[in-house]
Amino acid sequence: MNKNKRKQWRVFGLIFPSLFWLVVFFAIPLILVLAMSFGERGTYGGVIWNFNLENFARFFDFSDPLYLRIFGRTLYIAAITTLVSFLIGYPMAFWIASQPEKRRNSLLMMLMLPFWTNFLVRTYAWILILRDQGVINTIWAGHFHNAVVWLVAVLPGLPLDWLVQATSNPLPLFGTNLAIIIGLTYGWLPDMVLPCYAAIERFDGSLVEAAQDLYANRVQAFFRVIFPLTLPGVVAGSILVFIPSLGAYVTPDLLGGAKSVMIGNIIYSQFMSARDYPFGAAISFVLMALMLAGTLFYFRFTVAGQKGEPGHD
Amino acid sequence: MTKRLNPQAMKTPFRFKIGRYILTAHGLLSYVFLYAPIIILIIFSFNASKFVTGRWHGFTLIWYQKLFVDEAIGAALRNSLYISLVATFVSTIFGTMVSLAMERYNFWGKMPFDALLYLPIIIPDIAMAVMLLLFFVMVKIPLGKLTIIISHIAFDISFVAIVVRARLAQFDSALEEAAQDLYANNWKTFRYVTFPLLMPGILAGALLAFTLSLDDFVITFFTAGPGSSTLPLRIYSLVKLGVTPEINALSAVMLLASFLLVVLSVWLQKGGDGKVDFM
Amino acid sequence: MPDEFAVELINVAKQFDQVVAVDNVSLQIRDGEFFSLLGPSGCGKTTTLRMIGGFEMPTSGNVLIGGEIQGFKPPFQRPVNTVFQSYALFPHMTIFDNVAFGLQMKKVSKSEIKQRVNEMLELVQLSDVGRRKPNQLSGGQQQRIALARALINKPKVLLLDEPLGALDLKLRKAMQLELKALQQRVGITFIYVTHDQEEALTMSDRIAVMNQGKVLHLDTPEEIYEHPANRFVADFIGETNFMEGKVSQLNEERVFVAVDDQVPVPLLPTRDVQLGQVVTVAVRPEKLSVSAEKKREVDIPGTIDEVIYIGTDIRYIVRITEKTTLAVREQNRGGLSAQRFSIGDHIHIGWYARNASLLTE
Repeated sequence: MNKNKRKQWRVFGLIFPSLFWLVVFFAIPLILVLAMSFGERGTYGGVIWNFNLENFARFFDFSDPLYLRIFGRTLYIAAITTLVSFLIGYPMAFWIASQPEKRRNSLLMMLMLPFWTNFLVRTYAWILILRDQGVINTIWAGHFHNAVVWLVAVLPGLPLDWLVQATSNPLPLFGTNLAIIIGLTYGWLPDMVLPCYAAIERFDGSLVEAAQDLYANRVQAFFRVIFPLTLPGVVAGSILVFIPSLGAYVTPDLLGGAKSVMIGNIIYSQFMSARDYPFGAAISFVLMALMLAGTLFYFRFTVAGQKGEPGHD
Repeated sequence: MTKRLNPQAMKTPFRFKIGRYILTAHGLLSYVFLYAPIIILIIFSFNASKFVTGRWHGFTLIWYQKLFVDEAIGAALRNSLYISLVATFVSTIFGTMVSLAMERYNFWGKMPFDALLYLPIIIPDIAMAVMLLLFFVMVKIPLGKLTIIISHIAFDISFVAIVVRARLAQFDSALEEAAQDLYANNWKTFRYVTFPLLMPGILAGALLAFTLSLDDFVITFFTAGPGSSTLPLRIYSLVKLGVTPEINALSAVMLLASFLLVVLSVWLQKGGDGKVDFM
Repeated sequence: MPDEFAVELINVAKQFDQVVAVDNVSLQIRDGEFFSLLGPSGCGKTTTLRMIGGFEMPTSGNVLIGGEIQGFKPPFQRPVNTVFQSYALFPHMTIFDNVAFGLQMKKVSKSEIKQRVNEMLELVQLSDVGRRKPNQLSGGQQQRIALARALINKPKVLLLDEPLGALDLKLRKAMQLELKALQQRVGITFIYVTHDQEEALTMSDRIAVMNQGKVLHLDTPEEIYEHPANRFVADFIGETNFMEGKVSQLNEERVFVAVDDQVPVPLLPTRDVQLGQVVTVAVRPEKLSVSAEKKREVDIPGTIDEVIYIGTDIRYIVRITEKTTLAVREQNRGGLSAQRFSIGDHIHIGWYARNASLLTE
């Protein structure tokens, strides 16, 4: 009896600091935002707490699809980023998994190393590369352009005028959706590779042999056996890339332009410049709902996926 | 017995090897993709041009010299270190305590608390930043270092807990039973057996928290006030004001610092059980 | 005529980096035969099987299946199927889909697939599990499904890589008989890899005993057990007493070996030996008997060193010279009342000369 009570106090003592912190500085602010998203902006920037759905109606307004368009673009950019990450990351994971053990570990280490560096710095590096005066365009509109011009001067007969034209202007990379997709892919690629790698690494190679033994060629063995069995890793990786891409703020802010604004940017402007807290809260609400849906899907899928597999131990 | 997937196990004629060559080329190119921006950044931090261009104007250390005498950057660095150290210290203690409770005991409300503990990891930065800002404004805590530290602790606890709990989960409870069998009471068991064995995990958690705090931009950006600018905020404003070569030097220094931290953390974890856990 | 054989290996060798796994093996496996590759782990038996299946390619030599050279043909182009050690059932497919996989790959019509899968499931007595997933079956059931999945393709040869290794002893014994009966019913050549000598003896028509990449003895189970070709085979299969000595006397009917230069042991002249040559005498414990006085042709006096009661048998360890002891297995016929010897008793060990083997390597 006494012992039980002491144990209860010990547990309480251990969790109390974190419980307190997470409730006061996480749960309450979270509820606050959710509540505020149903409020209304006051005349001087304050909040009027009258329950209504105005903010959401404004966001999902089909007659004036300003925000809906941004929402669509955000989904589009996040989806393409996820797809590109998969197309790069899955074969990469496959390659790493097929290396000898020692090299595998160094490759994983090298994969994670950039991931641990400052996200802002990594994004900034892409400014240097993609800008009009950046590395790519210095080569394209500079060195390559000069080379083409020289070539035309030396051999006037060459039909290269179109190339002289094309290289006389820098490629429009910076400030586009493409730049954001590159930046996000660069930022979150390891999040795709690692779960894929984990799934491929623990994959039982004799299953491929069994498939080949049963007359499946290499392509069939891949699509019928390897891919379905490593799909949970792909789903995990996709969620891990998709969610942060949806909520991206730094990448579109630094690499994007006026025509590639994402949800993260409008949340920022609602809070920092427009001072429309309820509307900003409503957009955050939408973002969190998407995130929650993704996370639930992730758990659903991975738990269901594990059921179909034999014990891995 | 399971076999590792080994596409090389079969020696096959050339036409079947093409796939492997493509796979290898793809793998190598992917690493080029990962490292090229970093290397370009470092190279251009030594570029003698006054403007940031893709053109090489010769080698110089002038941007590093400028960096080390820049008062604003010095102040930002001090802020960053102060905030990260305090946040790491507090969150490591809290996170370790809560891990012990979560892995060792069952209690009422454990499930929802577990969810609450994971939520700060999966919620988008921007959402967390916004709700903390709102909260601080509503309860009228002035924005500054204090609010940044509070916010950092709020997300660091979860990351520390994940790392420490992973360590605890692979902990052989027979070791503790052995200690108790050898007359150690609860406290002595913790002090002489559990804690030393847990130490690599705690250090790894602390390092993760420190790195995350040091690198955080979005949440810091929303919860910062006048005079509490951190290094990432400084970089951001420099980038926004117009790209100068000084940022290249600052970025290169920060990359180097991160690399050192990673090496340190790997070394620490290897000291534990030779196994490296990647986040 | 090479096409008499289901499988033929001609000077097949396999080298991994610096390690020679299979060293110039030549084998001929007859049609309809239950053929076992037996040996300790790492002896090259699995590699040999995998080269027949096409999962490994020989470094040199040829593999012929049904008289056809296989070359670099991948597994999916060979007329053989494999039952894997871990069964390798596809965990994401139902039992039905697992068994149907090979036919689907061969683009057999759906109705035929359905019919043949059902027949196959019936054959392995698991007609009602088609909708389940592999992990919902017991080990023994998974084993049968693996068998069904391979047999449904009507291969020329079925390759089995320690298929019973994961089962417990009782189930394994039952499955051994079942497998043998199944093989006789379907009439397909089975090539069976195992490290369990008892299993190989029970099931096989012929056995190839392998060690260090080489085939040391290839014959029927009886021949291998009764007349092992060399010391390794004698030692690996069953239990054997070894005695070393020089040939001391030779005539048409008998070879005499002076064990440890003192005890003369008569043997049948099954091998060409010279006077003075160092040879080994091998004789199995169950062929020996212990008695108070001389009883058999071969008779060696000795002292009981140890008596071990095993239940079905009584085991004596008898010292015959300074260096050599022999194990003797007497069946426990008499129970508690039977005469038994005790440690220190001076006794005679006897056996028939035809039951001992003369080994030169």
